[in-house]
Amino acid sequence: MKLSILIMVLVVIVVFALAFYVIVKFRRRPNDKIPVQVEGNHKLEIIWTVVPIVLLLILAVPTVKHVFGLAKDYTKDPDAVQVIVTAHQYWWEFEYPQYGIKTSQELMIPTGKTVSVQAKSADVIHSFWIPALAGKIDTNPGANVNTMFFSADHDGVYLGKCAELCGPSHALMDFKVKSVNEGAFDRWVAAMKEPGKLPADPAIAEVFEKQCLTCHAVGDKGLQLYPNLTGIGDKETIAGILVNTDDPQYKNEGTTHDNLKRWIEDPQAVKPGNSMPKVDLTPEQIEGIAKYLSEYKLNVEQ
Amino acid sequence: MSAHSHLDGQLPHEPERATLEGRNKVLGFWLFLGGETVLFGTLFSAFLALRDQVGDGNPTSQELFKLSLVAIATVLLLTSSLTSVFAIQAMHRNQVKSMQLWLIVTVVLGLGFLGLEIYEFFHYVHEGHKFSTSAFSSSFYTLVGFHGAHVLFGIVWISLLIGQVYRKGLTVVTAPKVYVAGMYWHFIDVVWVFIFTVVYLMGKVG
Amino acid sequence: MAHAHPVKRYTGLMDWLTTVDHKKIGILYLIAGGFFFLIGGLEALLIRVQLWKPLNDFVGADTYNELLTMHGTTMIFLAAMPVIFAMMNAIVPLQIGARDVAFPFLNALGFWTFLFGGLLLNLSWIAQAVPDAGWTSYLPLASPTYSTHKGVDYYVLGLQIAGIGTLIGGINFLVTIINMRAPGMSFMRMPMFTWTVFITSALILFAFPALTVGLVALMFDRLFSANFFEVSGGGNTVLWEHIFWIFGHPEVYILILPAFGIISEVISTFSRKRLFGYSSMVFATVLIGFLGFMVWAHHMFTVGLGPVANALFSIATMLIAVPTGIKIFNWIFTMWGGSIKFTAANLFAVGFVPTFVMGGVTGVMLAAAPADFQYHDSYFVVAHFHYVIVGGLVLGLFAGLHYWWPKMFGRMLNEGLAKLTFWTFFIGFHLTFFVQHFLGLLGMPRRVWTYLDGLGFNTMNLISTIGAFLMGVGTILFIINIIVTAAKPKTAGDDPWEDGRTLEWSIPSPAPEYNFAQTPLVRGYDALWKEKMDGNDAMTPAEPIGPIHMPSPSILPFLMSLGLFIAGYGFMYAENEWTGIMHDLFASHAVAGAGLLITLGCMVVRSLKDDHGFHIEPDEITGKGVKA
Repeated sequence: MKLSILIMVLVVIVVFALAFYVIVKFRRRPNDKIPVQVEGNHKLEIIWTVVPIVLLLILAVPTVKHVFGLAKDYTKDPDAVQVIVTAHQYWWEFEYPQYGIKTSQELMIPTGKTVSVQAKSADVIHSFWIPALAGKIDTNPGANVNTMFFSADHDGVYLGKCAELCGPSHALMDFKVKSVNEGAFDRWVAAMKEPGKLPADPAIAEVFEKQCLTCHAVGDKGLQLYPNLTGIGDKETIAGILVNTDDPQYKNEGTTHDNLKRWIEDPQAVKPGNSMPKVDLTPEQIEGIAKYLSEYKLNVEQ
Repeated sequence: MSAHSHLDGQLPHEPERATLEGRNKVLGFWLFLGGETVLFGTLFSAFLALRDQVGDGNPTSQELFKLSLVAIATVLLLTSSLTSVFAIQAMHRNQVKSMQLWLIVTVVLGLGFLGLEIYEFFHYVHEGHKFSTSAFSSSFYTLVGFHGAHVLFGIVWISLLIGQVYRKGLTVVTAPKVYVAGMYWHFIDVVWVFIFTVVYLMGKVG
Repeated sequence: MAHAHPVKRYTGLMDWLTTVDHKKIGILYLIAGGFFFLIGGLEALLIRVQLWKPLNDFVGADTYNELLTMHGTTMIFLAAMPVIFAMMNAIVPLQIGARDVAFPFLNALGFWTFLFGGLLLNLSWIAQAVPDAGWTSYLPLASPTYSTHKGVDYYVLGLQIAGIGTLIGGINFLVTIINMRAPGMSFMRMPMFTWTVFITSALILFAFPALTVGLVALMFDRLFSANFFEVSGGGNTVLWEHIFWIFGHPEVYILILPAFGIISEVISTFSRKRLFGYSSMVFATVLIGFLGFMVWAHHMFTVGLGPVANALFSIATMLIAVPTGIKIFNWIFTMWGGSIKFTAANLFAVGFVPTFVMGGVTGVMLAAAPADFQYHDSYFVVAHFHYVIVGGLVLGLFAGLHYWWPKMFGRMLNEGLAKLTFWTFFIGFHLTFFVQHFLGLLGMPRRVWTYLDGLGFNTMNLISTIGAFLMGVGTILFIINIIVTAAKPKTAGDDPWEDGRTLEWSIPSPAPEYNFAQTPLVRGYDALWKEKMDGNDAMTPAEPIGPIHMPSPSILPFLMSLGLFIAGYGFMYAENEWTGIMHDLFASHAVAGAGLLITLGCMVVRSLKDDHGFHIEPDEITGKGVKA
């Protein structure tokens, strides 16, 4: 990629210089004679045919090498972290078949390890893209599963995007990749498997079970039809697009608690066209659920 | 009118190419058939990509196709191609009567083919092989149906031409039309050979 | 001297509705294409207004997707293609010394189907069911499951009807160029623009039928519950992508090749030099056309076709850089040693060269599949194809319009205004799209209706929006120029630029109905220039003056297209929520049937009724046809 940019910059400079020289040098001046009518020049024409071919050959060799390098299949590799990515309108589901857990919107990976991705879609075509870590791969519907792999060299949080038009909220279908050390990753896996905690307040717990766990899950409770809520208090974003921070500066930033409230109050206003309905809840119930969820942390980083 | 009202005996040997309009028409039609080739090529590709997507419980191509019936249809259409050649040859010999006769035979054979195809489709629908049953059925009906629609169009077109030649005689205006219609008829015949091979024979073999 | 067959020659509106004269059809294409260009441009401005700041809520998510879909579809099919067809119609017959195109009737039919197809598509705005699945209309997003309103139906039927017109036009120009060249005009003496039109027409012939099939399949899926792309019924969505791009990639070359031709003519004329390396230019054009069909899957590197396909398509795509490079150097060396006059037309042409180089090199970068995994569907791609299509094609069209305006209308455009148009449009263009390369590299995906703050996208998006408005100003200046010019008398001479090299400059501006009073004899490449250099002030005629046969005007093309338009509506609203008679009419397919009947009936009439045309007599030709 660097090589291609380098060669192309070179080409641009040469052509621009030539063009500029010609434009300045050969402007029409008064008393210009009719120029010589040149048919062509075989030597020159051969030069500007052969030189690009050579440049392209230089480019083609690493291209082919990388095409096959990136196509390497890690799906059977026990040392790699296997992740099955399923794209939905408009959220991401991440399943770890080796550990038997599912999470959503935030892909947790151990730093330095190869992550092997099998990507598919539950509805329309999306495209799985983490600009800072790897190229993209489309998620196709049906039995058509695409594979890719990547790894993060440093701990950190990386932004992921949907890169294929998938409907009104295509622009809002962000996700995060959180790369942590292996110890923290193992703790996270263990914590995800623990039984789910319900709200302390029994009234809220009842509403939560009745209204939320019919689609969502916490730990072993509820259904995993839509994003898994286990440990949602730790996450970087709510719904992928409301950024959690204690120091809000921009329109889409807020505390985890505020973001949860804003989301539950009117999901369609945040992400038009998504599947979450405006649930019939009183302001107190929303407040209670938001509080409970924002405090639902797994505390795996020490 | 005088420029066009040749007596039959005065027509040039290849009346379809006697005028610039005629030459344009013939060349343009060759190019049109080039485009049609791409059209059917794409339909064939789509069919080949989807022909195994039969779906559970739906009849497969092995169960559906009755080769004997399709073979008769094939013979009809291939013969009609031959008779259309006779028609053009008659035109080149300036035998208008003979040309019209062969064209009529061509149309009748085409109608026979179309009748068999319609019967076949009815039969398939009865067996549960509807247009919207599966990707296989959709691509099958689209490909074969497109061809059938071409045959129907050809029949109407050639019938109109028979009427025209009857009224106006064979002139440098009508001759290119007949010639071009003949080209068209050969083309849909060739397409059918491919359909017979790719859809029916390969479908029967599996 | 009465005509053997008195043919009604219409005036006023009826003249335009019934004309089969390629020059008038060219003007019709220009007006309609220009109109759609303004609509597409307005949509682009709304897109840029929405994106000028993060989390803007100027238009909503739904409207934005409609805008981006309609902007792409309109610009490609309804603006770029017809304006190209306008130039083809206005100039190609004149360049080859022909009196007409091969099929004047079909030529008119092509225009009217395009117009009615385009109108159908754009009426979706009024029906409030606008296509919103992108101009590529990928499935399943465009399937009846995920797109429940009639938007995509408008897309399918509008393009289908407009596509018929394009296909007809392609065949027409192929036959015209093969069969109707003046004596002595061998293939290797044809002007470069005619060559590129020839190759473009061939590409149209072999690319558009694939789109037709794709649209038919999508229409069957949507209207008759077929399963081509319906995954639950065994359909395959990748099939659509293949079919679309097998058409879609050649389409890019269909668009850009005529621009190459225009640039070749303009640069050569205003440098007063023969086109450098003419034969290698022809060869490069043919090669680009050929390779154009081998590279479609480079739009699909991320689909998961596997490494073998990706590697092959990478290499094939890179190869296209070679003939394109040949062209660039040939243009530069046409100017080398020349005497370059910077008219507005030439400014556009010279501005084209570096701009297109930019689009070309980013193209090679995208061709490398591993890098494309990063660039694909990001703003880098948006920048790339706008550099090629706007920086390439639109600058080329502007060059051609300014250059041939006097030949089309008999009036010279105002040079000062035209130069102002160039500078605002050119600077606006680079402001808009140059920064988008970097937005893409930073990770901004395309087709997003908004973006978060704090990602570093803000400033560049603002610059881009300002640039877009500058382009808008340029376009308005061009329209003002047209209006100002239209008010002036027709004073342009046969060869108003005085450096004309090709046959169209040997006849009056605008060209008379029959183009050439006497068919010229072509004695070499750059036929007119050759005569000038040999000291002749006119072409040598190849025939004596005699009566000229002309085709009769006809309303049938208009009616046939209208029939298709009605049929399109009939099929689309066969399922509707209306009540009463309207419901019954549409639901019983009576409307669709009536539309088809109109079209087929007109075809029958056309077939049965001989078109004898009429003759223009020598008196009329010498009396007013030839200027003193």
